[in-house]
Parts: sequence; structure tokens; C-alpha cells
Amino acid sequence: MKEELIISGRMNPHIDPVLNAWGWEIAFYLFIGGLSAGILFFSALYVIRKKENIYPTAVKYAPMLVPFLLVLGLAALFIDLHHKLYFWRLYTTVRLESPMSWGAWTLMAITPLSVAWAASFVKEVWPKFNWWNIKILNTIEKLIIDNRRAIAWPLIMLSVILGIYTGVLLSAFNARPLWNTSILGPLFLTSGLSTAAALIVWMSKSKIERNIFTKIDLLLIGIELFLITHLIMGFLAGGQVQVESAEIFLGGAFTTYFWVFIVMLGLVLPAILEIMELNGLHIPAFAPAILILAGGIIFRFLMVEAGQITRYLY
Amino acid sequence: MRYAMAIDTKLCVGCSDCVVACQVENNVPVGYARDWVVEVVEGTYPNLAIELRSERCNHCDNSPCVRACPTGASHYAEGGIVLVTPEECIGCAACIESCPYDARFTHPDGYADKCTFCIHRVQNGQDPACVAVCPTTCMTFGDMDDPNSDVSKLVSSRRSKVLAPEAGTGPNIYYLT
Repeated sequence: MKEELIISGRMNPHIDPVLNAWGWEIAFYLFIGGLSAGILFFSALYVIRKKENIYPTAVKYAPMLVPFLLVLGLAALFIDLHHKLYFWRLYTTVRLESPMSWGAWTLMAITPLSVAWAASFVKEVWPKFNWWNIKILNTIEKLIIDNRRAIAWPLIMLSVILGIYTGVLLSAFNARPLWNTSILGPLFLTSGLSTAAALIVWMSKSKIERNIFTKIDLLLIGIELFLITHLIMGFLAGGQVQVESAEIFLGGAFTTYFWVFIVMLGLVLPAILEIMELNGLHIPAFAPAILILAGGIIFRFLMVEAGQITRYLY
Repeated sequence: MRYAMAIDTKLCVGCSDCVVACQVENNVPVGYARDWVVEVVEGTYPNLAIELRSERCNHCDNSPCVRACPTGASHYAEGGIVLVTPEECIGCAACIESCPYDARFTHPDGYADKCTFCIHRVQNGQDPACVAVCPTTCMTFGDMDDPNSDVSKLVSSRRSKVLAPEAGTGPNIYYLT
């Protein structure tokens, strides 16, 4: 038997008895960031592939949400900061070693770009809107519309960085074994794309668009299940702290949340519903979408919470 | 110059004087601690082995907190001492998440705080407060790069260990066992 105790009465807030320095703000942002990245990815992809008119929801309607989502996500990140008045220090330096610096600069680039991107579709969504007849706004709008395909390329790259970053933010911490796996970046990117595809299916009124995005979502769910299997197998093949990380989901504290809410209700059930839909059974579009979005947000919360209880032993 | 500490686990009695000395010397906010004492008990009664360790920031050679910091507030000062500049810290807690030793915390004023090896004392040629106050003199502070320093001699002549060496951080607190 081995027992390790702090006997000097240390009780540092958010450190003891169990590390809990990151709370809902980070988990919420990881979900919002992934969803925004997914929406922008599909929008830019189908502009590049010149399919604006076949997939109007993905290209024009869904991106309208992104600036609002990103502002919500940024607000959550800002609330998370404890030394708020110094937040601008993020933008007085570029630190290539720090994933959070990458994320801050990516958000700095993609947030205004997403506003410009959404603004360029406003007249197609609301034909009567004319920017209050302000000339400069109409000039800028015309400039963006004329160069839409050129803007789509940096946008799609930034959206992939944003999506992967939501995972890398956690996976860069060697001190938290559950997070410290390079699968987390691709896994969160896939999950973000999947939540975006589900949202597009929910919003779309076009049968062709719903059909193709249901298929895309099914593929993404398949990849996610594959990556989750890899994640757990990778941990089980690791050292003691890695094995203990996997055990959190294999009989440990978060087993039920993980298998019931994320794998069964968040991935397998919506996949079954989507397969039924593709085979001609009518399933309400909101059902798989809500399950996938809920599964996505629960997944982020679970990873942020569970990762902080894993640690090195000495 | 490479500041390091050697702590003799055979001499430590777990009195926590080092903890109080640090809190007083550094005006650590009430309810917080930059150093702490760990008691490890192994075995089954009556065959027990006990180890007492006074722990704090390891001022690592390869500090994950310095790498994680998005603003450069966490940095290396003279002799490899890891410090935080409050005016550059945004309080994002990335350094707290990155530390395998849980040595950092968020100061009530918002910035990340931790052991400074009492750099203000070290610069005046004094030992850190925890070392100076230890009633069993179990702690030795000095320059590891100087082969004639007390800390170098202790680490080279005694059996010692560092905490979580597999984390690859290169800690500079040696526990003599």
C-alpha cells in the first residue's frame, strides 16, 4: 500500500484537492470553436468547388451564425481569464511554442474574416437589406463578393487550424496524461465537422443538400468512432499513467457519461437515425442534429473535467 | 549558474516551518501556499516506510509552464529560476495545467503565482526563506554548475532522486534518500 498526503494543509483554490483550473468556459469554447470551424470549412469548400447553388444552407445560411458563435466563444474565453485587463498581452507577442498563442492569433484572423464572409452573403439571404445605403459598406461587400473564391482558400485553412486547435489546446499538456495524445486534435476536428454537418442538415430545406450532408455526417461519425477506439487503445498500450487515463472511461468515474451520453446517444443513435433517413424512413431532421450537438458539447465538458484528474505519480 | 536545491528526506521531520516562512517572507495570500510538505507512507502495519518531502516549484530546465505561456509572462531569470511577470500575465491558467507538480496557482489578484526561489534574497547572497528557517537544516541551496558548492557535493555524494523524471521537465530540486 502506498499513501501520499500533503500534511502542511495546502488547499490552494482550484488546485486542491483536485486540479480544476479550467471550467465550463474552456469546454464551451472548444465546442463553439469546433462548430464554427466546421461551418466555415463546408462553406469555403463548396464555394471553392462552385456548388453555392446546390448547397445553399452550407454555403450561405449556416455561416450567418458563425460571427455570433465566435463572439460567444471569445466571451467565454475572456470570462475564463483571471487577469482580464491584461488580455491584450496575447497580441504583443508571437510565441510559437505555446498552443494558446497560436489559437489567439488564429482567432484574431478568423473572427473578422468570418464576419466579412457572412456579410458577403447577407443580400442573398435577405434581398431587401442594403447596408443602410452606406456607400463604403457596399463597396467593401462588392470587393469581397468579387474575390470570394480567393478568400475561401485562407478561410478553409484557418478553419482547419481552428478545428484542430480545439484539440491541441488540451493535447499539448504533457502533465495531464488523458489530454496528452496527438489523436485529440484530429478527433476534435472530426467532431467539430460532424456537429456542423448535423446543424446544416437540421437547417436545410433542400432534399439534395440534406441527403449529401447526412452522408458526410455518417462518414464523420464513423471516423470519430475509429479515432475514439484508437484513443483508448493507445492509452492501454502506454505507461501506467496512460493506462489509468483510459480506465477513467473503462469502469472509472466517467464511464457512464462517456459510453451512454457520448458514444451511444451522441454518435451511434444519431448514426442509426441517419441511416434510417437515407433508407426512406422519415426521421425528423432535428432529432439526429440535437443528439450530435449535445454529444459534442458533453464530449468537450467530459474531456476538460476528466483530463484534470489525471496526473503523474511520484 | 544553475540554482538548485537538495532536500534531505532523512532529516526532514515534516514540521512545515518552510511553508510558514515562505508565506511570511513572500506575503503569500491567506489560504495559499507556494511550498508544501508531502508524507508518503508505504507498506502494511507494522512494516511501514515513511518519506517526508518539502515540495515547491522545481524550476525545471525544460519548463512546460514557460512553453505553455502565450504571452511570455512565464520566463527564465538568472540561474534558471522560473518567474512570472504579473504585468504580462493574462491569467489563462495554461501554465497551471501544464505543471506536473501542481506548483502554481492563480493569485487572488488574477495572475499566476508560484515559488520564486526567493530571488530577492538570493540576489543578496542569502538563502531562500524556506532553507534559512529549516530547524533540521535538511535543505541546501546553491549553484549546481559549481562543483564545489554544497548542493553539488551533496547531489554527487548522496543517492538522490527528482520528482516525475519521466515527464521530461528536468527538475532542479533533488531529494536525498
